[in-house]
Amino acid sequence: MAQTNRSLIPGFRPALTFTIVYLSLLVLIPLSALLLKSLGYGPSQWFTLLTSPRVLAAFRVSLSTSLLAAAINVVFGLLLAWVLVRYPLPFKRVFDALIDLPFALPTAVAGIVLTAIYARNGWLGQYLEPLGFPVAFTPTGITVALIFIGMPFVVRTVQPVLQDLDPAEEEAASSLGASRLQVFTKIIFPNILPALLTGFALAFARGIGEYGSVIFIAGNRPLVSEVVPLLIMTKLEQYDYVGATVIGMAMLILSFALLLIINVLQAWTRRRAGAL
Amino acid sequence: MKLKFHAALAALLIGASGVLHAADVKLLNVSYDPTRELYEQYNVAFAKYWKEKTGDNVTIQQSHGGSGKQARSVIDGLGADVVTLALADDIDAIADKSKLIAPDWLARLPKNSSPYTSTIVFLVRKGNPKNIKDWDDLVRKGVSVVTPNPKTSGGARWNFIAAWEYAKRKYGGEAQAKDFVAKLYQNVPVLDSGARGSTTTFVERGVGDVLISWENEAFLAVKELGPDKFDIVAPPLSVLAEPSVAVVDKNVQRHKTEAVAKAYLEYLYSDVGQDIAGKNYYRPSEEKFAAKYASQFPKLELFTIDSAFGGWKNATQKFFVDGAIFDQIYLK
Repeated sequence: MAQTNRSLIPGFRPALTFTIVYLSLLVLIPLSALLLKSLGYGPSQWFTLLTSPRVLAAFRVSLSTSLLAAAINVVFGLLLAWVLVRYPLPFKRVFDALIDLPFALPTAVAGIVLTAIYARNGWLGQYLEPLGFPVAFTPTGITVALIFIGMPFVVRTVQPVLQDLDPAEEEAASSLGASRLQVFTKIIFPNILPALLTGFALAFARGIGEYGSVIFIAGNRPLVSEVVPLLIMTKLEQYDYVGATVIGMAMLILSFALLLIINVLQAWTRRRAGAL
Repeated sequence: MKLKFHAALAALLIGASGVLHAADVKLLNVSYDPTRELYEQYNVAFAKYWKEKTGDNVTIQQSHGGSGKQARSVIDGLGADVVTLALADDIDAIADKSKLIAPDWLARLPKNSSPYTSTIVFLVRKGNPKNIKDWDDLVRKGVSVVTPNPKTSGGARWNFIAAWEYAKRKYGGEAQAKDFVAKLYQNVPVLDSGARGSTTTFVERGVGDVLISWENEAFLAVKELGPDKFDIVAPPLSVLAEPSVAVVDKNVQRHKTEAVAKAYLEYLYSDVGQDIAGKNYYRPSEEKFAAKYASQFPKLELFTIDSAFGGWKNATQKFFVDGAIFDQIYLK
């Protein structure tokens, strides 16, 4: 058995051992620790904690802002990727590099900068607030921060797919009489949809867990603009380690379920795209 | 190549021998949010004193943040030699949960282990456009109040306590006090996690008509940012805030820094330490310096946490644990 393995894939054993050890150290052990610690609460305590109004409200805020931000990123991320791939822009490389900036910038810095801009005495806030559209210290502010943080995920997943699209397909379609809209909806969109969904999933998952940038702009009012990660921090700061891990577990399960749904959806669209 | 190696080895040996005979001491002081400026100056003074007294060089590292957060870091293993936190309760938490500090710590230094005290005042925008004079003005419609989250900030707990006691005395009962603080927190648009965060929100971001603030923090804001921008308003009644200091016993035993850590805190009560506290707008605890700096502080009636609530343990249980009064006022 071992011999066949060795001949088939050289270095199979060390590779497998390495993968298991590495993943255990980085992912599995911390996750099991989280699970174990959260079991310090019985089912009824889990239920009481997770259905308390503040926790529910925080989940509502976190989910709605991350969903909205991810959706906005899908639309405008696609647009950005499109422009970067298809149009000859001056300083294209500079723009391209700018896309990665939210990855590179410490999230706290992003949060502080966004707050400074959107606060009522900031560059943009001074015009937005009098119009009855306050951004900083409201859920809108959270969404803005999450759009900033999530933007590169969509652009960077869609961009390579757009680049690899065979122009021959589009040319063939239009020479067969397809309108521009038809070319987009029938040829381009099905091809990039899986990548778009991946970008959406990544941006969304990142948004749900985001703490650094959100905390400065959120205002952090209970029931209004308190996000789940803040609630976890608050629990920790009150020495309620078990409560914190319970909320953490709930968040993990929820994110996992949502990502699973998106993955299934993605597999489905990919099959459909392949079938076309 | 060989020469380089020898040189490196020599450097290593010299370095190592330096460590062996070193009189370099390191201290980590884990403190709360607004004490940055105070300890920056105090550390220089103490290092000088310690050098003169023992010949040793002491370097003090500082860590600042919301008081509750800082206490948790120490519990989780941050190797603080001394803690100088916003309230006794946070040091009690370290003593209870990690046993790093002996339970009798409060009695080990004079004045309840509070070398300096402070109180809670209001910082308003120049000219006091909303005419804020007293706690009652904070619950008025249209007044926007900035204060941190009492779940995470020591200063915010003092703020809450002061508002509560005022309302209880004025309106005659707990139920009325609860209504009062509920109304007050409805006027709060931003709950930061620490006192310095709230000051930033009020001062830099322009949010709010009034900042409920440590007295020293309010003075500092006025001094740093210009008296033409802010005014300090002292309510007639407020709380005597006693930030506490303690040596972290288990950590100093491990670091072999018992003597210097103890001296570091004791020196806070010396003439030099008290003077630095006063200069940084903390109220010095020793009578001589309290008198010297009395004129710089507003006169107001101060109640103590012990007289009003029987100490921090009771107050925390009553107001700030999960499901207690602070949570309830948001759920009404």
